[in-house]
Amino acid sequence: MRFTLNGAATELACHPASRLLDVLREECGLTGTKEGCGEGECGACTVLIDGAAVCSCIVPAAQAEGTEVTTIEGLGSDHPLARAFMDEVGAQCGICTPGMIMAATTLGARPSLAKIRTGLAGNLCRCTGYEAIYRAIRKR
Amino acid sequence: MALHQNPVPSTQPPAVGRSVPRKDGLGKATGATRYADDLSFPGMLYGRTIRSTIPCGTVREVRLEFARDGFTVVDWRDIPGRNVVALLTEDQPCLVEREVRHAAEPVLLLAHADREALLAASVHIEYDAGNPLFDPEASPQSFKNILIEKGDLAAGFAKAHLVVEGTYRTGHQEHVYIEPNGVIAVPEAGGIAVYGSIQCPYYVHKALVTLLGGAVTHVRVVQTETGGGFGGKEEYPSMLAGHAALLALKSGRPVKIVYDRVEDMQATTKRHPSIVRHRTGLSRDGRLVAMDVEVVMDGGAYVTLSPVVLSRGAIHAAGPYRCPNTRIAARAMFTNTPPNGAFRGFGAPQTEFAIEVHMERIAEALGMDSARLRERNALAPGDTTATGQRLGEDCSARRVLREAMRKSGYRRKRKAFAGTDRGIGLALYYHGSGFTGSGELKLASRASVELTATGVRILTSSTEIGQGTRTMHAQIVADALGIPYEQVEVAQPDTSVVPDSGPTVASRTCMIVGGILEHAAREMRERLDGMPPAEYFGHYGPLVVTRQYEQPEWIRWDEDAYRGDAYATYGWGCDVAEVEIDRDTWEVRPRRLTVVTDVGKAIHPALATGQIEGGTAQGVGYALLEQVSMRDGLMANAQLTNYIIPTTLDTPPIDVVLVENPYPGGPSGAKGLGELPMDGPAPALVNAIRQLGLDLRSIPALPEAIMEAACASR
Repeated sequence: MRFTLNGAATELACHPASRLLDVLREECGLTGTKEGCGEGECGACTVLIDGAAVCSCIVPAAQAEGTEVTTIEGLGSDHPLARAFMDEVGAQCGICTPGMIMAATTLGARPSLAKIRTGLAGNLCRCTGYEAIYRAIRKR
Repeated sequence: MALHQNPVPSTQPPAVGRSVPRKDGLGKATGATRYADDLSFPGMLYGRTIRSTIPCGTVREVRLEFARDGFTVVDWRDIPGRNVVALLTEDQPCLVEREVRHAAEPVLLLAHADREALLAASVHIEYDAGNPLFDPEASPQSFKNILIEKGDLAAGFAKAHLVVEGTYRTGHQEHVYIEPNGVIAVPEAGGIAVYGSIQCPYYVHKALVTLLGGAVTHVRVVQTETGGGFGGKEEYPSMLAGHAALLALKSGRPVKIVYDRVEDMQATTKRHPSIVRHRTGLSRDGRLVAMDVEVVMDGGAYVTLSPVVLSRGAIHAAGPYRCPNTRIAARAMFTNTPPNGAFRGFGAPQTEFAIEVHMERIAEALGMDSARLRERNALAPGDTTATGQRLGEDCSARRVLREAMRKSGYRRKRKAFAGTDRGIGLALYYHGSGFTGSGELKLASRASVELTATGVRILTSSTEIGQGTRTMHAQIVADALGIPYEQVEVAQPDTSVVPDSGPTVASRTCMIVGGILEHAAREMRERLDGMPPAEYFGHYGPLVVTRQYEQPEWIRWDEDAYRGDAYATYGWGCDVAEVEIDRDTWEVRPRRLTVVTDVGKAIHPALATGQIEGGTAQGVGYALLEQVSMRDGLMANAQLTNYIIPTTLDTPPIDVVLVENPYPGGPSGAKGLGELPMDGPAPALVNAIRQLGLDLRSIPALPEAIMEAACASR
């Protein structure tokens, strides 16, 4: 398949029905994208396809053909959301954090609390009660 | 008692009490942190567990219905040591020999380099099925009985003006750490190393040594970054690590086993369901004069941690109240379901749910305001608990009650909500810090501080599972040494490197292990005699200071009579819950939770607040959403599609107030706080629903249950 991964043209051989999650983690070595449930419920595997947040565990690789895929690694360590999650302790165990941050990148500038809650409703966190995540995103 | 003040030089701002950056913050926020499933080893195989499909019976035949090429197959006969998961009682096999006691019990292990081939392999097991037992009250087999007695119960009831009775029930709860259980076993130089998502490396170490016996020269257990635990990675990783190690030994190759969500939910532990019966005698003016409490917990098919879960549940069963005549009789029963185990709160959320809903009903029976009833009976310094423990100045029950009512506007809202679709309710609770009774003495935990070329390094088996262990320990050590927080590193828990600091459970990691580290760091400071650590290291080379837990001399505990100082101190909390009901769908929406907790001292206010918020959200799920549906002894809704934990839209705003009433024996006065917030939300929410005229005595309070309560009240 051919696609753009974190800004770089990428070509690799994989079964078209492979989960995008496995392609990213195993073929591309990008382990920042996590698997929590394998059925699109928890959002830990959230990546962007052409700017839209998707659960990569339920996306077949073929569907990413020709698209721009962005993972947590593509944001870099200086991304304001990464900094804000650090400062506000938005990450506890950290396993939902990459997916949470990827979903948060789609919320636009200065989102309202209502917009954040709706936008993150597909991303489960069992540690924080979400309050610190809201603080991080609103601080950004 | 005065608190020891750390002699931090004026140039060095103290780290304790400040929300310094998390040691692991950047790695987690950038996705760079590696968890068990992110690791790979050369030649690694994948492992799979074949499990029983019946809840009770015996295995007649196991048939492998696949070509064996490339497969490693392990059954109980491959176990070189003893076929047990070593914990409290050695009754649980690592692999079924013949007898099956629950569904999803491990029978056979497979490994293969190719995951597709592994998953395609078919194994058929023939059974002689037995008659399963699912009702703990009908079970003839008790894992543990506990009796706590204080005063004269009969005399107390004889004096009572009013007696109120009630039965309260709680269901299973699944941990839903977002990272499922996973380990990798790696053969190394005659021994075996296990890397994994685990709370208690030395528990796993003990289990592996027992299981593998003389077949290995050494066992090394390394905790990898762990994506949540909440008690769910306390005991089960010993089983899982054993499986991976057996496959690795037989194949001679590294073996990774990572459960998918369904297997994790079906096979691993859950919170014990409970049935609690109260019979309470009251004086005319609303004082508790007699409390008779019966606690039944469903232990599942093996003992695992049920005796200690029961113990904590029993000790907390009378609630944070004073009563001269009390009897608490508790038992944990065998049933044919997967064993129930450790889950944040460890028995106390069940029994505190019961007493706090019961208190609401007592207030109604007395015609008394329920907050006033609590205020009148709340434990105060000088009072004794059900085990006869006399409380000191670190008791804050009344303080948190008053603060929660003030902060939430409880009285005003209680009036305003009357007769509307909104309700408000409260719950007062407490939680013992650290192991029960003489448990900490027996653990004899150790922790070390060692010099490095740039500062110091902390060596402890306490694990970072999200709660902030690394950060909070580093803060305590930095201040005790008088060095910047940034100069303190924390070693990855590896049993070949770190001493046994006891398990990362029981709200003990800050108060107990943090306290040991504080002592070790102070001793090191004396040894350095004013020289900065890095400079001392450069001049004189390595230096390690190890200290062991020293129990305060005043603690007295009689394990046989269940009398005495059950815990060195308690955290105290009061939750006020506000709800709104939709009378068409019978859904109850939580609107706001006000949570006031006394944590002794917030070493890191943002981390402490995060613990309270997160525990409160788990309590919201426990109360309103999370139902484990058991069918033939197996969780039937073992998916996040139909086992619902709170999302952003289900979790109300949580107002946290941290009260700091210090425990003199904790580092800077800190008490345990990790489990405390789990105790309050469920009764506070059910009591808020109660203001709507709905008499609920069990959780989860799903719309179906609320509708039934509504029909019953008509």
